[in-house]
Amino acid sequence: MAKVLEMRGITKQFPRVLANDHVYFDLEHGEIHALVGENGSGKSTLMSILYGLYQKDAGEIIVRGQHVEITEPRRAIDLRIGMVFQHFMLVEPLTVAENIVLGSEIRKGPFLDYKKMIAEVRRLSEEYGLQIDPEAKIADLSVGLQQRVEILKALYRGAEILILDEPTAVLTPQEVDDLIQVLRNLKAKGTSIVFITHKIKEVLAVSDRVSVLRRGRKIGTKLTSDTNEQELAEMMVGRVVLLQVEKGSAQPGPEVLRLEGVSVKDQFGQVKVNNVNLSVRSGEVLGIAGVEGNGQSELVEAIAGLRRVSGGKIYLSGQDITGWSPLRIRRAGFGFVPEDRHRRGLVLDYSVADNLILGIHGSKPFVTSAGLRNQGKIGEYAEELIAEYDVRPPVANQAVRNLSGGNQQKVVVAREFAQNPDLLICSQPTRGVDVGAIEFIHKQVIAQRDRGAAVLLVSAELDEVLSLSDRVAVMYNGEIVSVMPIEEATEHKLGFLMLGGRLEDYQAGEVSGSAGQS
Amino acid sequence: MRDKVKALPWQELLLPLVAVVLALLVGSVFILYVGENPLKAYGILFTESLGSMRNIATTLQRATPLMFTGLAVAFAFRAGLFNIGAEGQLYIGAFCAVWVGISFNLPRIIHLPLAIFAAMVGGALWASIAGYLKAKLGVHEVINTIMLNFIALFLTDWLVTGPFHGGSWVPETVRISSSAAFTRIYLPTRLTTAVYVAGIAAAAVYIILWKTKRGYELRAVGLNPDAAEYGGINVARNTVIAMAISGALAGLAGAEQILGLHNRFIVRFSSDLGFMGIAVALLGKNHPVGVLLAAVLFGALQAGSAAMDRSTAVPRELITIIQALIIFFVAAEFLIRRMLRLKEDA
Ligand SMILES: Nc1ncnc2c1ncn2[C@@H]1O[C@H](COP(=O)(O)OP(=O)(O)OP(=O)(O)O)[C@@H](O)[C@H]1O
Ligand SMILES: [Mg+2]
Repeated sequence: MAKVLEMRGITKQFPRVLANDHVYFDLEHGEIHALVGENGSGKSTLMSILYGLYQKDAGEIIVRGQHVEITEPRRAIDLRIGMVFQHFMLVEPLTVAENIVLGSEIRKGPFLDYKKMIAEVRRLSEEYGLQIDPEAKIADLSVGLQQRVEILKALYRGAEILILDEPTAVLTPQEVDDLIQVLRNLKAKGTSIVFITHKIKEVLAVSDRVSVLRRGRKIGTKLTSDTNEQELAEMMVGRVVLLQVEKGSAQPGPEVLRLEGVSVKDQFGQVKVNNVNLSVRSGEVLGIAGVEGNGQSELVEAIAGLRRVSGGKIYLSGQDITGWSPLRIRRAGFGFVPEDRHRRGLVLDYSVADNLILGIHGSKPFVTSAGLRNQGKIGEYAEELIAEYDVRPPVANQAVRNLSGGNQQKVVVAREFAQNPDLLICSQPTRGVDVGAIEFIHKQVIAQRDRGAAVLLVSAELDEVLSLSDRVAVMYNGEIVSVMPIEEATEHKLGFLMLGGRLEDYQAGEVSGSAGQS
Repeated sequence: MRDKVKALPWQELLLPLVAVVLALLVGSVFILYVGENPLKAYGILFTESLGSMRNIATTLQRATPLMFTGLAVAFAFRAGLFNIGAEGQLYIGAFCAVWVGISFNLPRIIHLPLAIFAAMVGGALWASIAGYLKAKLGVHEVINTIMLNFIALFLTDWLVTGPFHGGSWVPETVRISSSAAFTRIYLPTRLTTAVYVAGIAAAAVYIILWKTKRGYELRAVGLNPDAAEYGGINVARNTVIAMAISGALAGLAGAEQILGLHNRFIVRFSSDLGFMGIAVALLGKNHPVGVLLAAVLFGALQAGSAAMDRSTAVPRELITIIQALIIFFVAAEFLIRRMLRLKEDA
């Protein structure tokens, strides 16, 4: 097969880190090439260089046999290179077709030729099996479909080389399967694809070859058929990785969180959480399984005091905290890893140190009695946490915006866990995080549990729910439809319940009567 | 998406400088058009604004109110608020100052600070209305500060032509008692001790924003209100506080105008000082030091313009054009960044 792309000796130095160190990368015609590596290993940087967002310090890029300089994304597009980012860049009120042609509209005289635009987009969508309605409004589409619009946008601009930076991090398991199918279709049509991910299962499922980066260096490239999960994990992290969580059995203590008939409405008055009763005890992990968008986010934000409840009561360690301010709830012994670290969890333009004190920034020793910030203490505290949680690069006064996604997550986790809260809510704690860091975060969650925290875990990853939880609750359509001990939970059973199946109907030959509402 | 090139500190200073140079370049086209030599015109502009101690004093005097309004706009901006209402806050502050200035007879050591304080309180309260409307009712601050500007304007119009009219044929109040006036520090220019107050205000802004817990909260609200809320920060309260402090700074501009320059309230005395504050804040990158520098630049342009008008064919309106061009180029930061990078690559 012919090489459509070769990157040789690519080097990129950022003020404090060597993000790419003489990296070689190539792409063959019609292949799916997975690019993996730890957080901060330089994957996004390498691809941003290819797309013209960053300028390389050294190295050369050869596209279809030609040496090229890609100084800006325009140039990349001219070279038929397209990129889909993790954070979409779509104009919400516009339709799919309008978004796709934006910047290269089809005109009829001075006017836009809507009919032709829609027809063209429809043709492309059908050709690649994307199943997108060109006239739908972006705001009405699910995340998975919005991502397809991004892909279509690249294809419309003629992309033959498609870069996808962590496309699956925002998707539900079903959407991931759909995406994989789309990628196969694209490949069959001759598109060459770079696929960045942290999930080794996806690498094995979809790619032809896989390249591993570690700390800016290329560690190796393998045929996917010649490798396996364990080997890839070790190449990424540079040591043996435990893919299974090691944990002893739970020693549940007194009840810490109690929800009594909690209901939550969204801003339009739609019921998102309906009459939820739940109890989490000290020393146990309660996992909430469910397809995203079934009220988990709203429930968790209500507990955190970030959303008003429309009915019911919330108790933390016996105290009625319904309607308390977020600060008061925090001070009562609450820690919270939010699902969206960019929107909720971090002030991206604040330094690592300033993010590490968010929420406790008003407490001693970080402020003096005169209300002045104690920079010395803030710095010391940050250094400690950076070391303990292995945030890289270990620089306290660097803006969090410049950290890789996984390291940003570590900052959030470090901040919340370090408080040793009585109740710890972890929403998607390992989203976009590398295998090594997943192992680390999982260990920390168990350590929190063993310390006596009540942990409420919300995750779209069934694997994660199954491996960390002591009890599992399934949420569907705003309701907790079932709570069961971990021994009774299987992937199949949870999947059935998550999609709205009823426990009574679940016929798998297992116990079904004993696992009702507890 | 991440910034392409992470701005280095020197670039922070470089960009406004480039904007100023570009504005002067484009301005020279106008000078050529009226048949003058740009070098000569700019030469006069420069010597008349910075060429002697006396001219520097005049420049500083012109810059002082802009320092206050620039700080006001910058402060609100750091908390994510676009305060278009500095003009109105300035008028309310000015009125409070003049009221204290004419109504009391006190020793200077009390009278002047009291008048200054009154101006701050007036500006702060007026701006808090906008903050409250934003925080509690979600009325955008751009809209409600603009409306409050009109109200402040007509309110002071009425007060000064009605209950507080000085009795002459001019719409103005009587003079304040001299114990409430700022002291002139470089005669014969009208530069007063108010410029020291501006320096103190800039230092205070810096300390509040970057050295206090309050500043941490205000900036967090400005950068990411959702994260701030999550971190236990009361967004509504901080919005009101940010507007109040911003309004107090704008009120100080009013105090300077009354207690330092006019010594009475003349109806509609402010020549858009509040709105110029937006430009000053923009050019000064919303940093107190940058704001002081930007205010001095604008002060210099104004100070030099009269002489340029007198001794060349260039009308003083050119200065307005140059100020507008500076704002234009600062706003077109993206363009300048691009030009700079092209140069670096070459
Ligand atoms: N604009 C920037 N300024 C300074 N450092 C940066 C910048 N962008 C990235 N870095 C640093 O470069 C390194 C590589 O980052 P990059 O985003 O390429 O990692 P990644 O492999 O994509 O990680 P992740 O899997 O977490 O997304 C990191 O150490 C990061 O902190
Ligand atoms: Mg990345």
